Amino acid sequence: MSKGKVWKYGDDINTDVIFPGKYTYSVLDPGEMAKHALEDLDPAFARSVKPGDIVVAGKNFGCGSSREQAATCLKSAGVQAVIAKSFARIFFRNAINQGLPVVQCSEAVDRIEGGEKISIDFARGVIETAGEVFTFVPLPDSILQILDAGGLIRYTKAKIERGKNQGDSHA
Amino acid sequence: MGQTFSEKVLGRKAGKTVTAGELVTISPDYILSHDNSAAIIKEFRKLEIKKVKCAEKIVIVLDHVVPASSEKYAQNHKEIREFVREQAIPHFFDVHHGVCHQVFSENGFALPGKLILGADSHTPSYGAFGAFAAGIGRSEAASVWATDEIWLKVPETIRIEMRGKLSPMVFAKDIILKIIGREGADRANYKAVEFAGPAAKSFSVESRFVMTNMSAEMGAKNGYFVPDEKALAWLEGKARENFQKVISDQDARYEAVLDVDISAIEPQIACPHTVDNVCPITEVKGTPIHQALIGTCTNGRAEDLNAAAQILKGKKVHPHVRVLVIPASRKEYLKALRNGDLEIMVEAGCLVLNPGCGPCLGAHQGILAPGETAVSTANRNFRGRMGSRDSFIYLASPATVAASALEGALADPREYA
Repeated sequence: MSKGKVWKYGDDINTDVIFPGKYTYSVLDPGEMAKHALEDLDPAFARSVKPGDIVVAGKNFGCGSSREQAATCLKSAGVQAVIAKSFARIFFRNAINQGLPVVQCSEAVDRIEGGEKISIDFARGVIETAGEVFTFVPLPDSILQILDAGGLIRYTKAKIERGKNQGDSHA
Repeated sequence: MGQTFSEKVLGRKAGKTVTAGELVTISPDYILSHDNSAAIIKEFRKLEIKKVKCAEKIVIVLDHVVPASSEKYAQNHKEIREFVREQAIPHFFDVHHGVCHQVFSENGFALPGKLILGADSHTPSYGAFGAFAAGIGRSEAASVWATDEIWLKVPETIRIEMRGKLSPMVFAKDIILKIIGREGADRANYKAVEFAGPAAKSFSVESRFVMTNMSAEMGAKNGYFVPDEKALAWLEGKARENFQKVISDQDARYEAVLDVDISAIEPQIACPHTVDNVCPITEVKGTPIHQALIGTCTNGRAEDLNAAAQILKGKKVHPHVRVLVIPASRKEYLKALRNGDLEIMVEAGCLVLNPGCGPCLGAHQGILAPGETAVSTANRNFRGRMGSRDSFIYLASPATVAASALEGALADPREYA
């Protein structure tokens, strides 16, 4: 996995500051969504984020509104993964469903600093920084399959098609 | 070992005995969405199937930006109406009904023991009627429309034991704010919250709704009250199908049991910019405000409007404050119209807006400018939520907001008792 630059934030980052509510029904294109990513938290982020960068944050990342654009805008801004001490439940699901890997690892969050270059091995559950290695519990296979498919819609589509084919073979 | 309410509902749906922590794949009883249905439709189209699996389980309520405030919103609503016709979705509520959670409830979908999913984070509201209700995202909603199934983790349960009696001018909103402030915004993340104890029964169904609605602000997957005779009386004539009450066993296992003496709680307020930044009103009393909002799915029912009207009766709101009133639904609007409360509020100088989400999520109808402060009965005060990222939102009960509207500054409603 390629190295990514870290953008570090604090606890309880809510979906209103990740993707403001005023855009939820007016900004519909994922590329456009990326331009507003983290707008009310860190206006510099959307201007400077590079593909492969990594967001690192404290506890309860993504709390608040269920808006899936909070995950979509980060994914579409090129964010490789979000590492946090914990994730709010709906954001956790949305991120996976958008194909955005989420990693829970408090120890790494405490040690990693903004601007650092780090890499993540999702299957092995390892985060590497310049001088340290952190381990985390990899996501279960059933969830990795959704990530590998590129999100829930692609995953469900493939599942529906498999179902259709199986249906045909019984016919 | 006994089972919790959530274990029972999910177990019954999964067709086996389940315990907290297990993953189950289930089929919901209903799935709610609102203006975000257009985005869900877009995802659904990507699946390249013609028909939703169970049209009768889909409930769509247009409420977020109603009536449409711009061409984009108008187009959004139009696409939803076309889809509703195309798919013959029977449960569609257009812009004139109210906020989805209130409309869903008063139309008898939120029933004891039912499993409800909603593409909105305040879906846990339906626990006020003894339902299992959890929020999901858009891709998931599209996927459920197509397949009629979803995976869920069986949550652990936190039981909140409430005892004592409310003091004058203290309401359900104050109790839930106090709990969120004490426990933190992520205390119930991934968990179910049961509101119980001897004081639970004393709350009206509307007040229970305030608490289950805001359980989302402590991260809860779902909130719950035992559907007692008050809840059943409320559902009388509204329930659209049969239901079976589901109640936790006496020996169910809880992640934690939290004690809350409601007698000891005074009016509370959540300060900018997080819902768990809570203090008694006395600590911030006198802070000047520019806008006051009474309404929303949290506190926009006739009971709430009445609490505010009692304080506003015969008085005038402060000349520097815009006071917005948004009933939660057309039915609640009518109640407050007929009992005279809206007349009192209009006489006092309030501006009554149509039922809907209004400025709660910062899309229209009362956006805040940089440097402005609002006090609101809504459920969120995140930075930028109601407009400028440099504005400030306080959250409180309808009584506290009404008292503040009169003074032009955060005020203690007990002075108006």
